[in-house]
Amino acid sequence: MKQLRAILAPAATFLLLLGLWQWVAALDVYPEYLFPSPLAVAQGFAELFSSGDLWPYIGISLLRFAAGYFAAALIALPLGLFFGRCAPLWGAVDPLIQVLRPVSPIAWFPLISLWFGIGNLPAIVIIFLAAFYPILLATVAAVRNVPPLYLKVAENFGASRRKVLWDVVVPAAFPQITVGLHIAIGSAWVFLVAGEMLGVRSGLGYLIIDSRNNLRTDLVLVGIVLIGLLGLLIDRLMGMGERWVKRQWGVA
Amino acid sequence: MSEEKVIKIRLHQAEKCFRSARGEEQQALAPVDLEIAAGSFVCLVGPSGCGKTTLLNLVAGFERPTSGKVEIDGCPVTGSDRNHIMIFQDYGLYPWKSVLGNVLFGLRARGISADEANERALVALDMVGLRTAVDKHPHELSGGMKQRVAIARALAVAPDILFMDEPFAALDAFTRIHLQDELLRIWQERRPTVVFVTHDLDEAITLGQRVVLMAPKPGRIQRVLDIPLTYPRERTRDDFAFFRRQLFEEFHLVHQQAADDVEYSI
Ligand SMILES: Nc1ncnc2c1ncn2[C@@H]1O[C@H](COP(=O)(O)OP(=O)(O)O)[C@@H](O)[C@H]1O
Ligand SMILES: [Mg+2]
Repeated sequence: MKQLRAILAPAATFLLLLGLWQWVAALDVYPEYLFPSPLAVAQGFAELFSSGDLWPYIGISLLRFAAGYFAAALIALPLGLFFGRCAPLWGAVDPLIQVLRPVSPIAWFPLISLWFGIGNLPAIVIIFLAAFYPILLATVAAVRNVPPLYLKVAENFGASRRKVLWDVVVPAAFPQITVGLHIAIGSAWVFLVAGEMLGVRSGLGYLIIDSRNNLRTDLVLVGIVLIGLLGLLIDRLMGMGERWVKRQWGVA
Repeated sequence: MSEEKVIKIRLHQAEKCFRSARGEEQQALAPVDLEIAAGSFVCLVGPSGCGKTTLLNLVAGFERPTSGKVEIDGCPVTGSDRNHIMIFQDYGLYPWKSVLGNVLFGLRARGISADEANERALVALDMVGLRTAVDKHPHELSGGMKQRVAIARALAVAPDILFMDEPFAALDAFTRIHLQDELLRIWQERRPTVVFVTHDLDEAITLGQRVVLMAPKPGRIQRVLDIPLTYPRERTRDDFAFFRRQLFEEFHLVHQQAADDVEYSI
């Protein structure tokens, strides 16, 4: 019963929105090419699907996103472990991070396009910047939150620094790091479109910009819906991973 | 009884002060003298805040004395030692490791080979009756079982000193009594030096060959009582009651002093 409601209630919201949308479109306040109806969007979707353009757009976007996100994780995780273990050094670096972090990756865009030219790289760098700080900060916080008792026990048994790091600090911090990775994937996904709006001729961001230039608002909406759905899918997958980790660790 | 008593642990005028958040020096432990014989079972008992944990941390090498000397085997304590293992009230188990993994941790930290470590871990788990729970994780265990795992982890590395800081305080009365008996059996089998902190007078008399009664403000040793009863001690017997009464009277004295201090300070 509860489960049924958990599915039915969101579905009802969704249908209500679709109905409202169809109704407003039928009022003909705007011409069809400026305010496409849900049906037109579905047709646009079918058109993209049958022309074979859809999967490459999605594929290349996911590829760029994965490249930027994993590069960020690959650098931010070890840095976070290192700074988390070394309080004085983090004290020296933290203010710098606090200054850089609030700057939107989009603000870097002019410099990024100057430095990295056109092609995949600027989009990847934008994703990288969006994911880097949340992962770094979450990792540092997770390492610093490792219960002192765990470290005391390890010290007592004479564990080497290496064993303390890999056998105590990393696993103890891991659940909280996973939360950080989950949050970062969401906030980085937001910047996918921005990264693909300049300098590339493929991907979902390009689909949106290109369709606007051609006044294909139906395809603009197809892009928006796809980004939303993929974002949801990625978030759910990460959430499942996070819960799995917590179960293994016995913290959920 | 020709054996000479070897001194294992010696505190000489050992004092510990902490600087509080407001910047005042606070004496957690006034200078104390204490000698503990090798292989003996000593209980530190007293109300909370009387410096039991502080004293234990000094001897275990987690803290340095502000002044005075702390020696083990005649050498000054300079840090934590893998032959002097502390058992905490909160167990200090690693939740991501299985029971066996937790016990293996201490052995592997010493560089003992995987095969030998495995063998020794299982022997230790046998001693605490957890042989069948090796694959469980800490969150699947009761408090008493968790503390058994922590004891097995310590026993596996065959330490010559066991420090225990209120290890059974969070357990229910039945589990506590059961673990007390088990600890005594293991101690008699292995004969490590045990320094056992508790705030429970009965627990101290059940376990300790000597009971060190401490008093607060500042933390200090009020009285050292020898309990020459044989093990296992029958908690309902007259001689047990005799020492119990003695300790309680001394303890009331401590309380009276503390209460008077409060009155004066008002
Ligand atoms: N790290 C510390 N910093 C400041 N004060 C402390 C610290 N550890 C203990 N104290 C103080 O020292 C006194 C003795 O504490 P403790 O040894 O923990 O007592 P017990 O274990 O007998 O309850 C208490 O007043 C406590 O507040
Ligand atoms: Mg204490």
